[in-house]
Amino acid sequence: MIAAVDPWIFAFSFITVAATLVMGYWAAGKAKTASDFFVAGRGVSVGWNASAISGEYLSAASFMGVAGTVMSSGYDALWYPVCYACGYLFLLLFIAGPLRRFGAYTIPDFAEGRFDSPLFRKIAVIFVLFIGFFYTMPQMKGAGTTLAYVFKEITWFGTAGLPYWVGVIVVGSVITLNVAIGGMKGITLVQAFQYWLKMFAISAPIFVLISLYGGYGTHLGRNGTGAATTNAIATSVTGLDKEGSTTVVRAALPAVAPDDATWISPFGRLSSKAAKAAKLTTEESRPYALLYTYSLIIALVCGTAGLPHILVRFYTNPDGVAAKRTTMWVMILIGVFYVFPPVFGVMGRNLMPSLYEGIGSKGTDKVVLELPRVINGTWGSILSGITCAGAFAAFMSTFSGLLVSMTGALAHDVYGRILVPDSTPTERMRMFKWCAFGVGGTATVLGCFVERLEINFMVGQAFAIAAASYFPLLFMSVWWRGMTMKGAATGMLTGGVCALSAVVLTNVSDLKLVDLAAFWAAHPLVRILCEQPAIWCVPLAIGLMVVISMMTRSDVPADIRMKMLVLHAPEALGLKQEYVRDHEGH
Amino acid sequence: MESSTSGMPTPDPKHTDFIHSEEFLAELQRRQFRLSVICAASFLTALLALPALNFFLPELMATRVGGFPFNWLLLGVLFFPLVWVISWVFIQRSIALENQEAESARRHAANEAQR
Repeated sequence: MIAAVDPWIFAFSFITVAATLVMGYWAAGKAKTASDFFVAGRGVSVGWNASAISGEYLSAASFMGVAGTVMSSGYDALWYPVCYACGYLFLLLFIAGPLRRFGAYTIPDFAEGRFDSPLFRKIAVIFVLFIGFFYTMPQMKGAGTTLAYVFKEITWFGTAGLPYWVGVIVVGSVITLNVAIGGMKGITLVQAFQYWLKMFAISAPIFVLISLYGGYGTHLGRNGTGAATTNAIATSVTGLDKEGSTTVVRAALPAVAPDDATWISPFGRLSSKAAKAAKLTTEESRPYALLYTYSLIIALVCGTAGLPHILVRFYTNPDGVAAKRTTMWVMILIGVFYVFPPVFGVMGRNLMPSLYEGIGSKGTDKVVLELPRVINGTWGSILSGITCAGAFAAFMSTFSGLLVSMTGALAHDVYGRILVPDSTPTERMRMFKWCAFGVGGTATVLGCFVERLEINFMVGQAFAIAAASYFPLLFMSVWWRGMTMKGAATGMLTGGVCALSAVVLTNVSDLKLVDLAAFWAAHPLVRILCEQPAIWCVPLAIGLMVVISMMTRSDVPADIRMKMLVLHAPEALGLKQEYVRDHEGH
Repeated sequence: MESSTSGMPTPDPKHTDFIHSEEFLAELQRRQFRLSVICAASFLTALLALPALNFFLPELMATRVGGFPFNWLLLGVLFFPLVWVISWVFIQRSIALENQEAESARRHAANEAQR
């Protein structure tokens, strides 16, 4: 069976998985206390933490999905990598420092501490799990797709190729085991390593491809005029295959591919899809596409600041200054990374246009894995093996982070605070391991059912829900002392549930479970507001928070001044310790 | 974000020094929020202006620079360094601000102790 697999691709993928496991076991020996498990003892240095956050953040959507979406949709898709990276600035400006100064293991801790409300903790836990499961599904899709690519030539019980679900189960099991053994400290090391692996895997093949087939600008230059559509790219490649030279020619684009002008211009296939379905002209579609673009920007920028598995990592910094420095480095690390996936998309359009004809995991989503194969022979296999290793690192690291975040919420919040409040740290640590198996198993099963959904689309939905729930909660709670628990809960629940309902409606329609095509065609604006709900859900959540809080202003916590001081005063003044002492005395 | 205290519960009266005062908190929040908003405004102006420029000046934004359409170069390459600069400025100013605030609080505490 293994004989049918490309040895280079298999070797690089296997080494990545093996290294992940070995480092997880090694680090597990160092994770002894409950604090180690939940927030890595709060002693992780800026460099390690920034690499680990970046490693965790650069998911299957970033590694595979962005390149695929750029190839299929062109300029419109550039908003994804840019806003994925720039959302961190929002986190830095408004949330990172205060959140760390407040000091808590999880977002539900913050929710309860800020409003003195155990009820609000329960509501916040539900959202950690909800957003988490939404975000694990695209990672599982990436896992299934990559393993199916690695083992595409084997025979599995009489059928050609490895089934998608086998990949999901294998990767899900490996990561679940890793997290259950090592907890947060175990994965900090693994994720830091995985960032650098992904950086190498996305950049090294691009440099080789550019040296052989022309630069980023050259490939973009092939698009833009009607004549260029059918122009061949003739590039001489020497010394890499048996013939000694290869001429790569761009075949005519398949009919399903967007034409050059649509692809390279703003307001193209992605943002004007709803308007085009309504049979509007290009000029009439532009205002709709502009609205879509703004809503997408809001979802991605605010959603980054509201992702629970990213926020929990700020607690692993020694202090607020370190948290800020970490965010700065994360932006640099992921910003540099995000320059590369669009290059794959651009080159893939010219060098591998046949991918436009594939569907789902066999289409443009696998351009990062497949594109290096345009170089024939061993070098193509080696480079493809490197990108496969990067893809493994991508979905494995993000899944690890989500698993820790969700498991932490269950073990720390549901078990340790709600079900058995007098449990010992050792009992909570044991529960962490059991919860890891439960959450990992559930995520794996869910992952088996999403083969037909697009990676980037699913991630965008998780961002929209986070943007409409956690972002308003954190932003308003940190900066407005007049916020009450009732206001916060009403805003977060309404915003989150509205965003969720809107994206589920879109999914149900796109999967043809309910036929809404005629309705969408008649109401393109409604379609855009459902597909990209952030533009109305985020203001709705914030508005409700303000109105309900003002109506219930007598519920503002009595010690609100002290809470705000802890959130904003320099840590050197020691107000946090005083606050904890006062609360313990109550 | 300025806050209204009317109608809210009375703050815990046991801390009466400058560090725990309303005056210190208000100044703290005002200065921090001002810095964050200035940086956010720079970032958001650039981010939100791009779609508007693409909408109103499509030909200018499609001008080619070394094969890149100008809007592609701005969004796909040059936007990242802009954000790094804004965040670097914010971090430097924010850390300096915290040091000033801590120093000011300590000075007041010393004066109170002398009295």
